[in-house]
Amino acid sequence: MIPGTHHGSFFLILRRMRAPLILLILIFAISVLGLTIVPGYDENGNPARMSFFHAFYFISYTATTIGFGEVPNAFSEAQRMWATLCIYMSVVGWAYSIGTLFALFQDKNFQHALKVEQFARAVRRLREPFFLICGYGETGRLLTRALDRMGLRVVAVEVDEVKAGELELHTYYADIPTLVADARYPEVLRLAGLTHPNCRGVMTLTNDDTVNLSVAIAARLLAPTLPALCRSESPESTANMASFGTRHIISPFEKFGEYLALALHAPSAFHLLEWLTGVPGSLVEPHRDPPHGRWLLCGYGNFGRILTRSLRQEGVEVIVIDQGPAPADYEGEWLCGDATGAQALRTAGVETASGIIACVGSDVNNLSIAVTARELKPDLFVILRQNHFANAPLFDAFPSDLRVVSSRIVAHECLAILTTPLLVPFLAQIKQRDEAWSRRLVKRLTDRFGWKVPNIWSVRINAENAPALFRLLMPAGPIVNLGSLLQDPADRARPLECEVLYIMRDDDGTVLLPDSDQEVRVGDQLLLVGTREAQSALALTLENPNTLDYVLTGHDVPGGWVWERLARRRA
Amino acid sequence: MNLEKVIFGFFIVLAATLNFGFFIGDIDNAVHHDVYELFAAIVVNLIATVLKFGDRTQIGAIHLSTSLVADLQLIAAAVVWGYGTTVAGAPLSADLTAKIVSLSGGALFANVVSVVILIAETIMQRR
Repeated sequence: MIPGTHHGSFFLILRRMRAPLILLILIFAISVLGLTIVPGYDENGNPARMSFFHAFYFISYTATTIGFGEVPNAFSEAQRMWATLCIYMSVVGWAYSIGTLFALFQDKNFQHALKVEQFARAVRRLREPFFLICGYGETGRLLTRALDRMGLRVVAVEVDEVKAGELELHTYYADIPTLVADARYPEVLRLAGLTHPNCRGVMTLTNDDTVNLSVAIAARLLAPTLPALCRSESPESTANMASFGTRHIISPFEKFGEYLALALHAPSAFHLLEWLTGVPGSLVEPHRDPPHGRWLLCGYGNFGRILTRSLRQEGVEVIVIDQGPAPADYEGEWLCGDATGAQALRTAGVETASGIIACVGSDVNNLSIAVTARELKPDLFVILRQNHFANAPLFDAFPSDLRVVSSRIVAHECLAILTTPLLVPFLAQIKQRDEAWSRRLVKRLTDRFGWKVPNIWSVRINAENAPALFRLLMPAGPIVNLGSLLQDPADRARPLECEVLYIMRDDDGTVLLPDSDQEVRVGDQLLLVGTREAQSALALTLENPNTLDYVLTGHDVPGGWVWERLARRRA
Repeated sequence: MNLEKVIFGFFIVLAATLNFGFFIGDIDNAVHHDVYELFAAIVVNLIATVLKFGDRTQIGAIHLSTSLVADLQLIAAAVVWGYGTTVAGAPLSADLTAKIVSLSGGALFANVVSVVILIAETIMQRR
């Protein structure tokens, strides 16, 4: 779609139908006029002319091929002659008009105009919060599915018609308005609801950094308060996005570099992070921790460069194997050769290395490197980069230690930022604690909830999100502590299957891993981890005053005015 | 000069003149008002309406609405005529003639507005 040239489809119909409609009017006019002039007979056989009313009646049913016969009286020969002519004229007129109309409906431009209009209407009518996703690729798909499962609405913009068509094939709970258009145009973003009051965030996840950059700047200028999550693969575009204040720049490679560095110096913290930021319901398999020592890195692209830097910062020795020559700014050991062959790997000293990172642009080559390296040294720690989602079965079959799928990293990061904003400060605090502390926490949490990724959610104690508790606490109410709040609304003797990880107070004070006697205050934001059932149970407690009363005190208060009056009288 | 503009102007003015031709004369004298002239006025008005389709400008919208008003009034006049003579079965009375002609008078007003807009538009473009 080229913005600015788009007209309403209704006006397009009117414009295109001008000629056929005028032709039809003329044919009708000539036919009716002729019938009123051509001599005929009345019911008694006297010469008479047809009235306009009868002529119009006759032509109406003849032209539309209904054909009631000669009404009101039998026609004269002259009238029959004229009627024959009228029939042929009207058939041509109708054929032309209907043909034009059908051609219009088949017209690509017209269909596109219709689709754009439907899309814009669907977006305009969204009465609930929604997220705008630009680029429905692998990342977009993962994210859309996760958001949809959480009951959040999504609007998608995708330039590729085939990918956008896939969206209709996948099953989602909610209807997802999709526009096939280039997200680079601000007009497209506006149609997709960038400036809509219910838009809660825009995510640009295309694999083209220039598109992501244009969406980022459009979001910055058109909707400055809206959180924009922008994917960026190259350091140049990351710097560019940061220069105009994009709030969340997600670079999958940088992120993995950070993770790897964390895994090297604090393995337990890394386990915790994996467990907390995964897609809810998926299983995190405890893997062995990456060893220090000598590492081989195959493929020095954007990803290789970032990983080399992170590894060296952790004091790990890195040998780069690449087919090309070393860039001018590179420092360190560089081996020019083909890493898929055993020859180059042996030269690099794979037998004495502790780990290998296969991160070239081709999935087949990455697998080939990994398989060869494992054959040469079976206990080698292998980090594999998977470029395409479609190759997942191959990567599943190979027992790698860590797998880098950039679409997944981006999707997890987006989810964490959007749905649980408290998770980021919490993770920052974890990174500051020592290894033993993290290990104890991981052990305690996974003993309680298992290795399946739990539900992570935030609750804010205010009138909107926790009306019952808010009303109880507001006019200097009783002191409510966490332990008494997190009880099962069905049986208060049982604690809910959830735990508070972090509290952020209104006065910016924070509590990490609060005890059960910690007080809950108005304005608190809680970060919780637990089961889906616990999440809905807690929501009920916070919303319903009767449930809250039962959970806190054990009184089963009858609902409704009449029952409340009766209960009070009895007391 | 633009052929499209000529045709457009032609139909709008012709719609107004035919309408005026039918309207002029004693309001209740059937002899002064010819049925063929009414028919021609209706047809030309319909064509003028269709010619105005598909213009999204403000002036185009007013153009279209005046034409629609004229169509409505003229068709109402024709229906009154057809109903009075065919269904009621009586010949055209002075009473009926007055009704028909006054309806076409309303259409004439709409047509005059249409012509005024046409002229105004032309003058604006000259400047």
